[in-house]
Amino acid sequence: MRIELKAIHKRFGAVHANNGIDLTVAPRAIHGLLGENGAGKSTLMKILSGFIRRDSGEILLDGKRGDFKSPAEAIRAGIGMLHQDPLDFPALPVIDNFLIGHEGGIMQDRARALADLNRYASHLGFDIHPDALVGSLTFSRRQQLEIMRLLSFGAGILILDEPTTGISPPQKAKLFETLNLLVGEGLTVLFVTHKLEEARQLCDRVTVLRMGRVAGELIRPFTTDQMVKLMFGQSPAGSVRETPVLGEPVLELRNACVADGRLRVQSINLQVRAGEIIGLAGIGGSGQHLVLRACAGLDRLATGEIRIAGTQMNRQAYGSFLDRGVAYLPAGRLEEGLVPGLSLMEHFILTDRTGGSFVNWGQARSHAQEMIKEYDIRGTPDAAIESLSGGNRQRALFALLHPDLKVLLLDHPTRGLDVESMKWVWNRLLERSSHGTAIVFASSDLDEIFEYSDRVLVFSGGRIIGTLSTRETSLSQLGELIGGNGL
Amino acid sequence: MSGDRRANLGWCIASVVLGLVLTALALVAVGADPFECCRVMWNGAFGNSAKFANVFLTWIPLTLCSVGLLIAFTAGLWNIGVEGQVVMGAIAAAWVARTIHLPSPVLIPVLFISGMMGGALWALLAGVLKTHGKVHEIFGGLGLNFVATAFALYLIMGPWKREGIASTSGTAPFGRAAWLPTFSDGLPAGPVEIVLTIITLATVHYLLHGTLFGLRLKATGKNIRSAFWMGIRTNCHALGAFALCGMFAGTAGAFQAVGVWHRLIPSISGGYGYLAILVVLLSGFQAGAVPFIAFFFSAISKGSVALPLDLNLDSSLGGVLQGIMALLFVLSWGVRKRLRRGKAPRVT
Repeated sequence: MRIELKAIHKRFGAVHANNGIDLTVAPRAIHGLLGENGAGKSTLMKILSGFIRRDSGEILLDGKRGDFKSPAEAIRAGIGMLHQDPLDFPALPVIDNFLIGHEGGIMQDRARALADLNRYASHLGFDIHPDALVGSLTFSRRQQLEIMRLLSFGAGILILDEPTTGISPPQKAKLFETLNLLVGEGLTVLFVTHKLEEARQLCDRVTVLRMGRVAGELIRPFTTDQMVKLMFGQSPAGSVRETPVLGEPVLELRNACVADGRLRVQSINLQVRAGEIIGLAGIGGSGQHLVLRACAGLDRLATGEIRIAGTQMNRQAYGSFLDRGVAYLPAGRLEEGLVPGLSLMEHFILTDRTGGSFVNWGQARSHAQEMIKEYDIRGTPDAAIESLSGGNRQRALFALLHPDLKVLLLDHPTRGLDVESMKWVWNRLLERSSHGTAIVFASSDLDEIFEYSDRVLVFSGGRIIGTLSTRETSLSQLGELIGGNGL
Repeated sequence: MSGDRRANLGWCIASVVLGLVLTALALVAVGADPFECCRVMWNGAFGNSAKFANVFLTWIPLTLCSVGLLIAFTAGLWNIGVEGQVVMGAIAAAWVARTIHLPSPVLIPVLFISGMMGGALWALLAGVLKTHGKVHEIFGGLGLNFVATAFALYLIMGPWKREGIASTSGTAPFGRAAWLPTFSDGLPAGPVEIVLTIITLATVHYLLHGTLFGLRLKATGKNIRSAFWMGIRTNCHALGAFALCGMFAGTAGAFQAVGVWHRLIPSISGGYGYLAILVVLLSGFQAGAVPFIAFFFSAISKGSVALPLDLNLDSSLGGVLQGIMALLFVLSWGVRKRLRRGKAPRVT
């Protein structure tokens, strides 16, 4: 089946996730969709598979208009999507998962379903027991099950969103083998990834997205270098910041390990000095977030040691990190930092750590007005925080930070902001840095990392694969390192 | 803000009117005369001064429970356990009344303080289950409600049974010193209790709107992650909200035992713990509206008692009416959201 996407637009609030995307996918081929985190790949694929609705644009399947209101409608038209996080039912056995979504009467034909499942499994060389609980299967098996389920619906187009995250090299090889087999039998595969090497190995053609637009298209044979250029752009690599005057070490991680349920970042050794700016680069979800949270005292280290200005802080609560001048600015401004339903003024009262037990509303109002002026926030003291625009929310968060900080940790400080707000954010940060605040920030915008950092830590799959000085490295070297090619 | 409150009031009144209309339709459907019903209920609630005072006898514990819930809801806690906290407050007060003998002016405050503690500790149990045991407060509270009710029944039928016969009609009455003094003979609720209840309400309103503690509770309730990010000790605040809510519920329980029944009975809570949830919902979480809605609900509850006698209708009609009203008001939130989304241009 031939897919044509024409001028697809999708906005989430202020973020233009898909900004007029045109994409044509030829039948019986593996088409790669590449791009950094936030480039708009997943959004586009979710639109195609009926998971979310586009704002405008056209979808044509073999020249006929397709307009899916739900994934069920999309799968009936032959489009199936394998999501990055599996959307299956861990508490149910394999066979029930396989059956889910199929139409039929009240009584299910389990015998036929079982025969179907076994037929697909033996054809594709999968080894899955029908009665096993899905929750007990490896990630890779769950993918295989989902692929078989989608095929059983008669999917002619298979969309895979970052399918190689969290599976081992042999499992990956098996997946690629399966995809090649299916394409040989007439299937069309849309392969969403940020891993350049995989795209180069597997795809007949790749489309690169960048900031919601198509940055370019490459047809086999293509090189990793070409992909890097499309993905990260080619900005002049001359705007590295001047060597700053550095002070005492304010943040130290020694042999630290941080982990959550999915990811474990090990043997982190880092020393950040007053006035230094450190950029955390790498594909999103490679461990940057975990390290930032641990440095902020929001999560405890699994092992190792963390020191703030020389003091060991391993067992300290978040509050004492705050008291020692450590602050963290989360990426989810409205989810993790601001409180929807409260006014701007109420936010200032809550973060003022000097106030008494009673609220002096008159004083609070005049304080809020001062802050609004100083931080150039477009809003009134009584404005509900959620009514502010993205840029103004970020300004509000900055205004909530203590003016005198030792360490400032930021997760994607300029994500979703317009150029003017981005400039504003960095002017503020550079100003703080010049007063001796150490800044550690994660970003998926390589230009930003390169322009403002003194040092860059490159993360990949829970490991820090390199520590580079921006003054000794080029932007494209950094890009290749992130793309998984090594230096 | 005031525009918001006015809209709330408008929707509240609309819900009440629509609730009355729907209930009237239900009455017509079963062949009863809604106007006659109204008259009977009115007489049942306000027919004479004794009946009027009886409405206040319901109003006091109902308002106290609602006040507690205002705190819990502000902190984003669906403390369904108020009912059990009322029972435990009553049990604590009854225990003191049965064991300690003091002159009335000393004993009465002690009884109320023990009631507060009983309710607060029971609420803290639900709170600790939530903050440290990851048991959602709805399930924890519901479970503890059953435990509290069963415990009351056990005491009444077991250790605290009447001389000679155990009876579900309750324990033996407390000594006279443990009876809350009445206003005058025949009028059970006194102006002192009413005034104290109103002062409590005003204090809680100030606590929620004039103190940093109240603002922190609000932040915790609206977005616990952001609140934590701001440095608010969210667990402490949640437990504080539980304890305060339980304290007011316990006060209501003590009032039921000491002021109304003068003994412990199985249904000592009077269902006020549940009814208060409806009151607070219908108030739109506004302390200012609570006493009026609580009064309205008390009048319905008391008035509907007259229904079976005069009209051969079940008194649960009052509950139906209260439930429909609260349901309609909660429904209006959804309606309003939809209207707003339809009208207002999206802010970007």
